[in-house]
Amino acid sequence: MHGWAIAQRIRQMSGSVLQVGQSALYPSLHKLEQHGWIRSEWAVSENNRRAKYYTLTKAGRKALEQEAAQWERLAAAILLIVRTV
Amino acid sequence: MRLASIFRLRLRSLFSRASVERELDDELRYHLDRQVEENIAAGMSREDARRAALQSIHGFEQRKEECRDMRGLNLIDNLMRDVHFAIRQLRKNPGFTSTAILMLALGICASVAIFAFVDAALIKPLPYRNPGRLLAVFETAATCPRCNVSYLNFRDWKKNDELFSSLDVWGFNTYLLRTATGAQPALGTRVSDGFFRTLGVTPILGRDFHAGEDAPGAPRTVLLSFAAWKNRFGGSPNVLGQTVTLTDISYTIVGVLPREFQFAPRGPAEFWVPLNDHNFLGGCEKRRGCHNLFAVARLKDGVSAESALADMKSMAQQLEKQYPDSNRGFGADVVALSEVVSGDLRPILLVLLSGAGLLLLIACVNVSSLLVVRSESRRREIAVRSALGASRARITRQFVTEGLVLVAAGSVLGLALAYWTMHLLTALIPADKMGGMPFLNDLALNVHVIAFAGAVSLLAAVLFSLTPALRLSLPEMQAGLAEGGRGSAGTLWRRLGSKLVVLELATAVVLLVGAGLLDRSLYCLLHVDIGLQPDHLATLRVSLPNTNLTTEQLIPLERQIVSRIGSLPGVKSVGLSTSLPLSSWSLSTNIRVSGQPWNGERNDVPERAVSSGYLRALGAKLLRGRYFTEVEDDSAKPRVVLINDTFAKKYFPGEDPIGRQLSYENSHDRMEIVGIVEDIKEGQLDTANRATMYVPFTQDWLSSFGLVVRTSQGEQTLLPALTATLHQIDPGIATEDAATMSDVIDDSQSAYLHRSSAWLVGGFAALALVLGVVGLYGVIAYSVSQRTREVGIRMALGADRVSVYQLILKEAVWLTAAGIAIGLACSVAAGTLMRGLLFGVRAWDVPTLAAVAGVLGGAALLASYIPARRAASINPVEALRAE
Repeated sequence: MHGWAIAQRIRQMSGSVLQVGQSALYPSLHKLEQHGWIRSEWAVSENNRRAKYYTLTKAGRKALEQEAAQWERLAAAILLIVRTV
Repeated sequence: MRLASIFRLRLRSLFSRASVERELDDELRYHLDRQVEENIAAGMSREDARRAALQSIHGFEQRKEECRDMRGLNLIDNLMRDVHFAIRQLRKNPGFTSTAILMLALGICASVAIFAFVDAALIKPLPYRNPGRLLAVFETAATCPRCNVSYLNFRDWKKNDELFSSLDVWGFNTYLLRTATGAQPALGTRVSDGFFRTLGVTPILGRDFHAGEDAPGAPRTVLLSFAAWKNRFGGSPNVLGQTVTLTDISYTIVGVLPREFQFAPRGPAEFWVPLNDHNFLGGCEKRRGCHNLFAVARLKDGVSAESALADMKSMAQQLEKQYPDSNRGFGADVVALSEVVSGDLRPILLVLLSGAGLLLLIACVNVSSLLVVRSESRRREIAVRSALGASRARITRQFVTEGLVLVAAGSVLGLALAYWTMHLLTALIPADKMGGMPFLNDLALNVHVIAFAGAVSLLAAVLFSLTPALRLSLPEMQAGLAEGGRGSAGTLWRRLGSKLVVLELATAVVLLVGAGLLDRSLYCLLHVDIGLQPDHLATLRVSLPNTNLTTEQLIPLERQIVSRIGSLPGVKSVGLSTSLPLSSWSLSTNIRVSGQPWNGERNDVPERAVSSGYLRALGAKLLRGRYFTEVEDDSAKPRVVLINDTFAKKYFPGEDPIGRQLSYENSHDRMEIVGIVEDIKEGQLDTANRATMYVPFTQDWLSSFGLVVRTSQGEQTLLPALTATLHQIDPGIATEDAATMSDVIDDSQSAYLHRSSAWLVGGFAALALVLGVVGLYGVIAYSVSQRTREVGIRMALGADRVSVYQLILKEAVWLTAAGIAIGLACSVAAGTLMRGLLFGVRAWDVPTLAAVAGVLGGAALLASYIPARRAASINPVEALRAE
């Protein structure tokens, strides 16, 4: 998926709640790539132009699972606190 | 896998800057275009759509910069920018830059060059297989702690020892080689059969000696050194099987030793033969009491040198019981072979390395104080930069970069200078001295030396980046701006900078005192009483072609030599001796004094067989009795002996030795003492005199002996005539080491070592003096420049020139006095540490200390007088207006 598509997807999936800072998207992608969690290659996009496509690497998937689990724990904890109050 | 790909990415970010930049641009532009398209689709005008898109990502260039940050590109960019900036800053100030780089290069050059010698002599392992397991084995006696080994004792050790995997012996020999230009002495070594296997050296051509090849009667074979093979046999592979005639005996060449083979204890010998000629030295190797060999051993795995020593000692005790006549008083000692090879050089090299280190210290301190001065004068620049938002880390990084650039330039220049210096220093070592130090041939900028240079540079880099950075940590960065650069001398300067010069001066004092002490030692050494008159004296070593002469055959030959040389124009007297003065105390013999109780102790006394004219020709001082007469040159006469003063005092305290008798061990022939001469220095200049005896030449002669000739004219011009005359008598006579006695004294091993260390440390000291004084000048001059306004005010208020001088000089005097006081205290400590190198002078030699204090004090006052004069001639009106 290329950067633009990623930005669109995030917007759609979060019901436009998360307007990911398109400003923060590209630096983050570059950082993830430097970490080796995603891989990039140039390919032709749906509108027939060259675009940079990012794919999750194996290491990236592992990191994602860890981060997701962590997030779920945190979210659950926050939810618990919020409900209790 | 992941690491590899990360690494590839990093490399790409670093080296394919253009394509990475282009891709970044493409990627962001694609995003922007899509956003613009979407906005247009939503009904905006092209212009509005574009502006909205740019807004949504908050700026195109800013995002690119963030991405670069994420890729770690900025770090490198900033570094490059810092380096460029540093170089620009340094170039703007060529005086400062060249001084700093030059001083640094000087310090690095000195320490690296000396370290290269230390590495070659002390650190680099010997060029043998597993050299750490090699030992040198000696016999010991009261008079010689590291004595030669007797062949028969060696055989017994070899039979009984269990801790060595091998044990071998070697001995000196000089062969006469007939060449087209007449007989030439050629250095040889006699070795036991396993000698090269013990060292782990294999011939490059032919074979090693077989086991048993050193047995008496075995065929005469020889191994050539690489140099002998190249120079004497043209490097031809056909030498194997050829014969070579050494001192009239044919040897078959069986192999050639490798080019890199060296054996420092022997020096550069050309012919290596098995010791199967047991008639050597009058059958020395058949007598247990005759010690003429040296032993090397290889330790078995897992055996320590200590246990080998204990084992050798107990074997020596066993032999002492078994053969009391020959072995009483003989023990054994075991030392690492490397210790024997370069142990003598260790103290000198360590002193030189310390000297070079101190020089480096002065250079570093000098550069540091220059940097402090510079950072003072850049207070405003720093204040402005920090006001504009540069973080403290960023500014520190800038200073660190400047330090690194300086050090890098200094190190490169220093290394180049060191390379040149190393070659210069080795070229200055005379060839005969080099022969005993073959390891110096390998002197090079090798891994060790480069690593040492790297470590030194790293230290300097840390020091130079810390010095100005320290300045930044003071809580007055903003004050720099407020003060507007108006100059009272900076705080850091007052606290630290001016004190650094004390360290410099103290170091210079230590080096100067060291050089002074070494110089005095050399002087004492060259003026030690050697018991002869060295002027107008020529010396020469002579080897007769026929080693199997009988004494009856020798006498006419000796007379002919003495009379032919004696009739040369200008020659006053001629003498022969088995050993020349200032060579060594060796060739000793075990004697007994008749009429004195003897309890089996050894009385090893150096013995020289001398012709009747020898002592007279030397100019020795006869204390009592008489010299030998020409009649006594004939061996048939009753045996007589001359002794030296030490002998008389040691064996006849309070008695009259004249008329008393001596005898050799195991002999009933008595020799009557006919005279006492003042001690002649037979060994090195720095050795103590030993009880020595002189017997008539024919009584105990050797076919190789020394010749001394006293002349009434220049002795140097006589040298060629001496060799020519000997060749007229017999072209087969070989001569070597023709020299005047003054040269023998000047070039003797001990004088040489003392002189070279005195010169090198003297050189370091001279540089240190210059650097120290320049440093002091810098300090005082800077202080004056900072105090111009203060001085102006003082003068405007009525201070006269004298009080201005006082004001400035007071600081200089304080700094100098502190430097000299600390330096003198350290010098005494340093002198005590190097007392092993001192001769006839003590570490607290008052004249040396006083002279150094005087020289440095004078130079320092001169250096501070110049800026003080400038201060005193300040025009108060101008000084106040200028600020």
